[in-house]
Amino acid sequence: MASAHDADDVGIAAGEAKAGDRPVAGPSRGPRLGAPLVEYLLRLGDDRLILGHRLSEWCGHGPILEEDIALSNFALDLIGQAASILRLAGEVEGAGRDEDALAYFRDGVQYRNCLLVEQPRGDFGDTIVRQFLFDAYSVLLWEALLGAPHAGLAAIAAKAIKEDRYHLRHSSEWVVRLGDGTEESHVRVQGSLDRLWRYTGELFEADAIDQGVAGEGIVVDHRALKARWDQLVDEVLDRATLVRPADGPTQRGGRVGRHTEHLGHLLATMQSVARAHPGARW
Amino acid sequence: MATLRGSRLYSLLHMTTTIRQLPADDPAQVAAFEALIAAGESIEPKDWMPARYRSQLTRMMSQHAHSEVVGMLPEGNWITRAPSLRRKQSLIAKVQDEAGHGLYIYCGTETLGVDRFDLFNQLLDGTAKYSSIFNYPTLSWADMGVIGWLVDGAAIVNQTVLAKTSYGPYARAMVRICKEENFHKRQGYEICTVLANGTPAQRAMLQDAVDRFWWPSLMMFGPSDTNSLNSGELLRWKVKRKTNDELRQRFVNLTIPQAQALGITVPDPDLRFDPETKNWVFGEIDWSEFQQVISGNGPCNRERLEARRKAHDDGQWVREAASAHAAKRARKTEAA
Repeated sequence: MASAHDADDVGIAAGEAKAGDRPVAGPSRGPRLGAPLVEYLLRLGDDRLILGHRLSEWCGHGPILEEDIALSNFALDLIGQAASILRLAGEVEGAGRDEDALAYFRDGVQYRNCLLVEQPRGDFGDTIVRQFLFDAYSVLLWEALLGAPHAGLAAIAAKAIKEDRYHLRHSSEWVVRLGDGTEESHVRVQGSLDRLWRYTGELFEADAIDQGVAGEGIVVDHRALKARWDQLVDEVLDRATLVRPADGPTQRGGRVGRHTEHLGHLLATMQSVARAHPGARW
Repeated sequence: MATLRGSRLYSLLHMTTTIRQLPADDPAQVAAFEALIAAGESIEPKDWMPARYRSQLTRMMSQHAHSEVVGMLPEGNWITRAPSLRRKQSLIAKVQDEAGHGLYIYCGTETLGVDRFDLFNQLLDGTAKYSSIFNYPTLSWADMGVIGWLVDGAAIVNQTVLAKTSYGPYARAMVRICKEENFHKRQGYEICTVLANGTPAQRAMLQDAVDRFWWPSLMMFGPSDTNSLNSGELLRWKVKRKTNDELRQRFVNLTIPQAQALGITVPDPDLRFDPETKNWVFGEIDWSEFQQVISGNGPCNRERLEARRKAHDDGQWVREAASAHAAKRARKTEAA
């Protein structure tokens, strides 16, 4: 597998392109991101859109009718939050994209959700554990954003926190029921927790985007958030007789568009009708 | 299964085999009951009622509840592909309403002395019926508009009359459900309007959906009056207030002008307006197709029941965990 041979395969003789013709060295090793506030809003919006979509996959397939209704309700809340946040992101971006353009016409690498929310819905235990881990984070995040100096974002936080507090109560109760239910449910839900744990670290990581929006007064103390999340999660896991997994290596990348393979399939489904009819109104 | 077959409910739902086995009612009580009905009074759960009245209502209400729950599947099929966030939200909300209606009517059947979990088992073992329309597949986004417009439209024509049914709890449930169904119908028709005014591909999608759902929608009103076994008694007891054919005609008369407004056709070359009766006269329904679908051979009968069974089986450990946890808590409270 000599490199000269590889070059021949695509019809370019080795050394044919002259240095300086076209730059081949890129600007940095990192992903290319947009303006901090736009990126920040996309992260918030995409988390909720993708999680809402995953929840909506349960509609008609829940373990009891009451849970079909509850999970649909959460899906509605989250997609509603996502629509408001993405609309705001489009306005801040100023490139004429509305919430539907952002939801339906971005590819996976342009999505900014965390890896946790794009994992497949799995069984009811997987869905509930993921929901609980996310709800606990989301409620604490909205609390921090309530006082944000950005009026649009603060208004979204004020509405969303009420919804998410209810989601958290519901998902916590189910974690306790399943953890402290039967032997089978305990084993299943402990397995869900063990599998999903490696995606939780990403929720609390701060990067240049967070520093960028801090300049606009949007400041979230990620360490304090994580400490409160730990406390909240430990308390529920304790009631559920579940063992908190050890913090192993974290899977990360969603915030900069480096996703798991699951997101592409989700988007292929979600965007199929909209993309088959570009420019159509619905 | 053994306990289910031994239950009173099982016999109640198996009208064809058990009608003759129901105990004979006291003629004096029947006369008093029929006088109440004739006076336009509603029958309430604690009132005396003929065994046949109770069993007919159990049959109708449980079929209605099953239809709501199975009806979540064909529309649920498009939630993940809805082409805008607004449409996605309204479709989730609609399917969620159907779950709510199902729950509400199952609870209504409990006023007749049956258990909703037993009824649910009837659905899962394939012995209970539900509306045959849900055994047709949803093949394009336009189906979400056309189901709202035609299927919910047909359901409303049926249910508006049921809101005046003689059994109080069912009538009251129908009043509430009709309000939501009206909203669904408007929402569905609005989807159709947007498609009708959209691109050529969108208009074609709409026409195709109407072509597929038109006849099954007419079949939603059940067999024609000459072949409807249950109708006579149900009309006398004011469980039903109009015949299947009367309701079907009313639906066609309401719907054709709406189709004209959309600029689409319905797949019936015999359709014509009769200026004397002011009815839209329609062609003969393919009753052999109707029979095939209600006897389990429709395009999606198997898939719908399998989906319900899978949801039920997959949820078994969840329901067991919830019961076990509730029992543990009850023991803890007792001990404290």
